[in-house]
Formats: sequence, structure tokens, C-alpha cells
Amino acid sequence: MSEAAAAIELRDVHKAFRGKPVLRGVSLRIPEGCTFTILGGSGSGKSVCLKHMTGLLKPDAGRVLALGQEITRLAERELVAVRREVSMIFQSAALFDSLSVYENIAYGLREHRAWSEAQIAARVAACLEAVGLPGAERLMPAELSGGMRKRVGVARGIALEPRVILYDEPTTGLDPANQRRIGELIRSLQARLRITSVVVTHELELCFSISDRVAFLRGGRIEAEGTAAEMRASADPHVQAFLAGLQEGAESAREAGGLHGA
Amino acid sequence: MSADAPIRRAEDAVARLGDRALDAVERCGDFARLAAATAGAALRGRFPWREVLRQVEAIGARSTTIVLLTALFTGMVLALQTGYALERFGAKLYVGSVVGLSLARELGPVLTALMVGGRVGAGIAAELGSMQVTEQVDAIRSLGADPVQKLVLPRVVAAIVSLPLLTAVADVLGVLGGLLIAATQFQIPGNFYLQTIYRTATVTDLLSGISKTFVFGGIIAMVACFVGLRATGGTVGVGRATTRAVVAASIGVLIADFFLTQLLLAL
Repeated sequence: MSEAAAAIELRDVHKAFRGKPVLRGVSLRIPEGCTFTILGGSGSGKSVCLKHMTGLLKPDAGRVLALGQEITRLAERELVAVRREVSMIFQSAALFDSLSVYENIAYGLREHRAWSEAQIAARVAACLEAVGLPGAERLMPAELSGGMRKRVGVARGIALEPRVILYDEPTTGLDPANQRRIGELIRSLQARLRITSVVVTHELELCFSISDRVAFLRGGRIEAEGTAAEMRASADPHVQAFLAGLQEGAESAREAGGLHGA
Repeated sequence: MSADAPIRRAEDAVARLGDRALDAVERCGDFARLAAATAGAALRGRFPWREVLRQVEAIGARSTTIVLLTALFTGMVLALQTGYALERFGAKLYVGSVVGLSLARELGPVLTALMVGGRVGAGIAAELGSMQVTEQVDAIRSLGADPVQKLVLPRVVAAIVSLPLLTAVADVLGVLGGLLIAATQFQIPGNFYLQTIYRTATVTDLLSGISKTFVFGGIIAMVACFVGLRATGGTVGVGRATTRAVVAASIGVLIADFFLTQLLLAL
């Protein structure tokens, strides 16, 4: 694993908001071609960590490298090239409300490719097919269920054929069936497109079903890192507490989801 | 302990004041940076014509009714009040002069700007604020596009284009409102009313009024975009941003009006 080039690298990244430290020296090396999960409780700084990887947030100290390029101090305009390769799927899907599903997915294509409308339409259809929503082009975001929104978000994220996809809490707020579907989607995209996936989540089931490697983030620091199996066997008391505590939480949440579903 | 308490309270108050002052200075800097970025976006890259047109419809065309109603009734009230006042000096025949001059130089531009500021300022701040708190603005950035070019520039350009046009229409309607009152309440013949306007209000008066509205339009849209893009904290934050945008835009218009009037009079 270690000989593979790093797709994303964080080196001693610090970040504070209004004087409150969120990241206190995060160092991560995400090898190319793997599915890497950052696990942690809410408020542990997972999403903040992820947003640094595509330059949406800038570190107060430390360095960020994406696909071998230092992006720590790049201006917005210089980040455009990086963002074409490193795509972000937002927690809330962040679909543009005023645009149809078609226009949402075509957004990046219109921005970066001098394609004809027919080429764009073909690509949009292919992306929707890939996320299991063929023919949804004309729907508006308000007409979609939570799970569908997330999948359209993924379709928009893969439209430009990125080399790295960053998923911010991809299954949060979804019912178990949709959670499973998103997990399978991440796995199948990974297998088909041979990209690097970085997933931020607190859902253990998702984490252990998709990850090659897992990092455990706590209090703004990486507390443990290893393969999924290594993490399960970790002697770190905080990792164990998190795995045990959240497993219970996840189960009760699943029951609640089941009741809602019924 | 108790003797220290008042001193500590005073220290806290000073510290809070300092924090606020720093915040305000920082906000001014951020606003200037957004304004500069907007100007830069206008000169660089593809100009978003289609979105500008869409915004001209939303900001300009859809504000027509509210602006026309405001102008009509302002013209009528103005005629009533000036007619009533001038009657005491036996000068009520000059109602037209007063109405025309005040509308063209001051009331047309400012009232139009305030009405549009309320309607459009709230709309822009709510829309951009919602986009901000639902990560749509971050989504634009992460798709390699520029939120300033996509969101701010079209709205600012549309407001700068729309406001002078709306003001011109408002001026006309205000004069007609005045004519209605002059003719019915003060028995001033319509022809005479219009002639007094032609004689007193010059093209310069009209242009000095209209020219201010380019600035007003820019202020309204810029302030609303700025406040909207800084919204934080979910729907409550969006509500706060909306209120703040309307207040800030209105005050901005009134302050700018004073300085612009000074400037135009000095020219």
C-alpha cells in the first residue's frame, strides 16, 4: 500500500473557527486507487478535514497536497484544475434547487468542456444510469427523495470523470435500504472507474463494508489508522469505545429507521 | 472581589466594544474584496448574459408594479401637500413645478431604490443565504466554477441596469399622479401643470436623479449578495441575513444619496 503514490496528503493541518480549534495537526496519506474512510463522531472535524482536500477550506497551518500538487495556498482560480480531478459529494447533496437534475449534472460539463448538447445529454444519461436513476433528467431536486438526491449528487460528482471522489457523510439521514444502496454504489464506482474514494462517516456498517483503509479522527487528531481489520482489532481504547458505543447507537437508529419505514 | 467587579465589567465592555469594532472593520474589508472580485469577474471570463437577463426580469420587470404604485401615490400626495401649502401664498398654480422637480431630483430615485431595496434585497439575501447554508455555494466552487461570477455578478449588473429604467418610469407616473390631483382638487388645467414642469425641471435635473440610481442599484445588489453569502446557521441565519440585507441596503442608499447629491450639486 505504501509504495502507491498518494492521491491526497495532509501534513500537520491545523484549522480553527473563531478561535475554536477543530483540526489540531492532522496528517493523512491517502494512497491512489483505494477507498479510504475517515471515521469519527460528530464534531470531530471529519467534514472540515474533507473540505481541505479540495481547497474549499484553507488550513491555518500545515500543508495539503492533491494528486501530487501542493494546493495549500492556491487561489480559487488556480484550484479549478484540481477540482476537475477531485470531486466532492456533499452531505446534503447540495443540488442546485433552481436547476433540473439534467442541468445539475451538466453544470460541471458546461463549465469545463466545450461539448455539444448531444454529448452533454449522453454523459448525463450515462451518469444517471451509473447511480441507478435512468430517465430522471427532467425532475427538479424538490421532487426527489433523500436517497435520490444523494444519488443525483453522486452523478453530478462523477460527470467530469474525476480521479478522486470525496464523500461527505454519504449515508447520513437515509433509511437502511438507501444506506445499503449508497454503499454498493460507492463500491461499484470504485471497481468500475478505478478511482480514489475518500469517505467521511460515523456509520460503522458503511465504513467496514467499503474501506481498504480507515483513519479514526478524534478531537481534531488522527488517533489510529490501518486496514479495516486492523481497526477492528485495535487496542486503542478510544477506537474500541467508539466502535462499541456507536454500534449500539447505529442499531437503535436502524430500528427507528425500520419503524419509520414500516 | 466586590471592589474589582465594576472594573472588570468596564474592562469587559471595552473589550466587547473593541471586538465589535474589529468585526466591523473586517466586514468592510470583506465587502470591498467582494466588490473587487465582482468587478474582476465582469472583465474576466465569459460574461453571464443569459443569467443577467433572467435577473433583469426578476429584479427589474417584477418590481414594476410596486414601483409604479409607490410613484403614483407619492406624486398624488406631493401634489396635495404642495398645493395646500402653496395655496396660502396664492401660488398653487405652481404645484407642477414642485412636484416635477422633487420627483426628478430626489423622490423618484430614492423611493424607487428603497422599494426595490426592500423587495429585491430581501429576495437576493434569502436566495443566496439558503444556497450558502445548504452548501450549494460550496458545490459551485467544487465544480470549478466561481460563485461571484455565477451569483453575484448577474444580480449586480441586473440591478444597475434595472434601477434607472424603473426610476424613469416612476418619474413619469409620479408626475401623472400629481396631475390627477392638481386637476381634480386644485382645478389646475393639465396643460398648464405640464407646462410649469417643462419650464422648471430641466434635463439636468432629470439626469442628476437618474444618474444616482446606477449607484443605488449597485449598492442594493452588492449588499444583499454580501449579506446572503455570509449567512450561517440554517434557516434562522437566512432569516437574519434577509432582515440585515434590507436594513443595510436601505441605509446604504440613503447615505449614498446624501453624498451623491452633494457631489452632483458641486459639479
